[in-house]
Amino acid sequence: MAQTKPLVWTLSAVVVAMFGFGFALVPLYQVFCEITGLNGKTATSASVKPADYVDRNRTVTVEFITYLSPGMQWQFKPEVQTMKVHPGEIHQVNFIAHNQAGSAQVGQAVPSVSPGQAAAYLNKTECFCFNQQPLQAGERAELPLRFFVDNALPAEVKTLTLSYTLYDISASDSAG
Amino acid sequence: MTMESSIANPDMTEHGPHHDHKPSGFMARWVLTTNHKDIGSLYLLFSFAMFLTGGAMAMVIRAELFQPGLQLIEPNFFNQMTTVHGLIMVFGAVMPAFVGLANWMLPVMIGAPDMALPRMNNWSFWILPFAFTMMLMSLFMEGGGPNFGWTFYAPLSTKYSPDSTAVFVFAVHLMGISSIMGAINVIVTIVNLRAPGMTMMKLPLFVWTWLITAFLLIAVMPVLAGAVTMVLTDKYFGTSFFDAAGGGDPVMFQHIFWFFGHPEVYIMILPSFGIISAIVPAFSRKPLFGYASMVYATASIAGLSFLVWAHHMFTTGMPVAAELFFMYCTMLISVPTGVKVFNWVATMWRGSLTFEVPMLFAIAFIVLFTIGGFSGLMLAITPVDFQYHDTYFVVAHFHYVLVSGAIFSIMAASYYWLPKWTGVMFDEGLAKLHFWCSLISVNVLFFPMHFLGLAGMPRRIPDYALQFANVNAIVSIGGFAFGLSQLIFLVVVIKCMRGKGEKAPDKPWEGAEGLEWEMPSPAPYHTHLTPPEIK
Repeated sequence: MAQTKPLVWTLSAVVVAMFGFGFALVPLYQVFCEITGLNGKTATSASVKPADYVDRNRTVTVEFITYLSPGMQWQFKPEVQTMKVHPGEIHQVNFIAHNQAGSAQVGQAVPSVSPGQAAAYLNKTECFCFNQQPLQAGERAELPLRFFVDNALPAEVKTLTLSYTLYDISASDSAG
Repeated sequence: MTMESSIANPDMTEHGPHHDHKPSGFMARWVLTTNHKDIGSLYLLFSFAMFLTGGAMAMVIRAELFQPGLQLIEPNFFNQMTTVHGLIMVFGAVMPAFVGLANWMLPVMIGAPDMALPRMNNWSFWILPFAFTMMLMSLFMEGGGPNFGWTFYAPLSTKYSPDSTAVFVFAVHLMGISSIMGAINVIVTIVNLRAPGMTMMKLPLFVWTWLITAFLLIAVMPVLAGAVTMVLTDKYFGTSFFDAAGGGDPVMFQHIFWFFGHPEVYIMILPSFGIISAIVPAFSRKPLFGYASMVYATASIAGLSFLVWAHHMFTTGMPVAAELFFMYCTMLISVPTGVKVFNWVATMWRGSLTFEVPMLFAIAFIVLFTIGGFSGLMLAITPVDFQYHDTYFVVAHFHYVLVSGAIFSIMAASYYWLPKWTGVMFDEGLAKLHFWCSLISVNVLFFPMHFLGLAGMPRRIPDYALQFANVNAIVSIGGFAFGLSQLIFLVVVIKCMRGKGEKAPDKPWEGAEGLEWEMPSPAPYHTHLTPPEIK
């Protein structure tokens, strides 16, 4: 049975490779979502790309929504609900966070854009969602978001909805 | 060798030079065995025990759903029942039954003396009882057993799962290791141990379908192992693969799971195709119509199975382009599947059909599996899937393909090869009773579920709206009847195992073909010690 061993090793290598492939799906999925904007994922770091020009002929409505994850005892609201912007124009919106829990907590806001295909065209030059937000009990903070809509935004998109879900990550704060 | 001696003089087998060299003592015979027939029997008995265990859980589910409202069990226990029923039936009943059939029949069919890796074979079986004991014991742990559905979607399995989730994860790891070792064994056996002259295109279709299934197994079981590992680290070690708060994505879990899950459903049906392709020609007394097209159809179903996973996720908010891609790929699968059904029907066409019990199950398989295939096509249509998603229509669909499909084919195979395994003919009257009871009750059980689903009854919920009460009562009665019918099968098998019945000839089925029928019944402990000649 001279041929048995090489075949067994080859098949075992396939098994190990497929186990690795399962984990490789994680970064592949992130990259795929970032390129295509699937799932409304936006960039996780500040955009350094400047706006090409300001397109005064076009107006896009940007809506802001906030959610609190279950158990999160904060108040978390944008200063304005909607904004009419021209593509290329830089705007700032402040979100007000107020820790109403009895203890210090660390919050992490996770953004999502709808419709998903527009996610890649919402550029954030500054966002509180890039960082964790530690707040003492009763502390209140103004969290700034600076963004512009890319000129290449598909014409059929007239309204963008940017939603933030705020999670309590106090428990895993030290881990990451 | 043993053939002549056992037929001419049965006494010679015990005392003559050709006796079977079976190890004596329970430990040596069953626990330490490396004999493919013994391990095949162990797999089959284990899978039947699991079938009854998972079936008992289904009875609990149907008893609770007999009437609207909550009367027998707590919702959390109901969730544990649906979850563990699914896990046991998939990993404990259907898959080990096919591995058992493979162990018993592959070496015999290809003219090999045993599986290529007999010690690993022993190990891959004996992992299973431990894995399932662990999983079943978790039901009695504080907080209960797995309650997140057999698909263990995050965050149900990460954030909201009971403390016993680690036990579930390790049990799935063990099942995966067992299946992977079994699959490697099958591939090496088929590639290396074929008798001289047994070319690939002469292989019986059961061997072909198992070869392709084994490749699917080694491709996707490791992905499942990765998925449960990620669930484990997310829940216990602070990683965020599926946790949006830490930058992960719960929808990604579904992608990874179904990348495993869809090939998995073909793992549970391709060996059935092989079984039906053996039985239909035998009782039609005609060679199988379109052998080569069967091989290519099986291979293309396996290939396509990697391109359709997201049809389980149409409602998660995918872009239209992706939904269309997965919809068309899914529909494409019906082409090779249609080829198979066509070939079986063409094999029966103008054959001299007789309707012994294996054939009855095979014909029922063809009809009922096709119904399950058609409801699958309906589910593949993206826009209508939004209505059917997570309703009893889905439950009806996958039980038609898995119960009246996979399980019926396993029953057919058991009746077909029982005389070869045990050396006695089964009780035909009881077996026919088993068939007709199963056939009628399985349809009373699952057919009305289509209507419940279309009317909007959601799956995995212990209670339902009043207008579904009558149909649910009928479904439950069908369920109890189907469960009881399987006890008839138990009686038939026990009678055969005790040697009660007419002595089976070498070839009990007139039109059957293959090397297994050229040896005595029961098959000697060691067969093909010298390779047979293949014409």
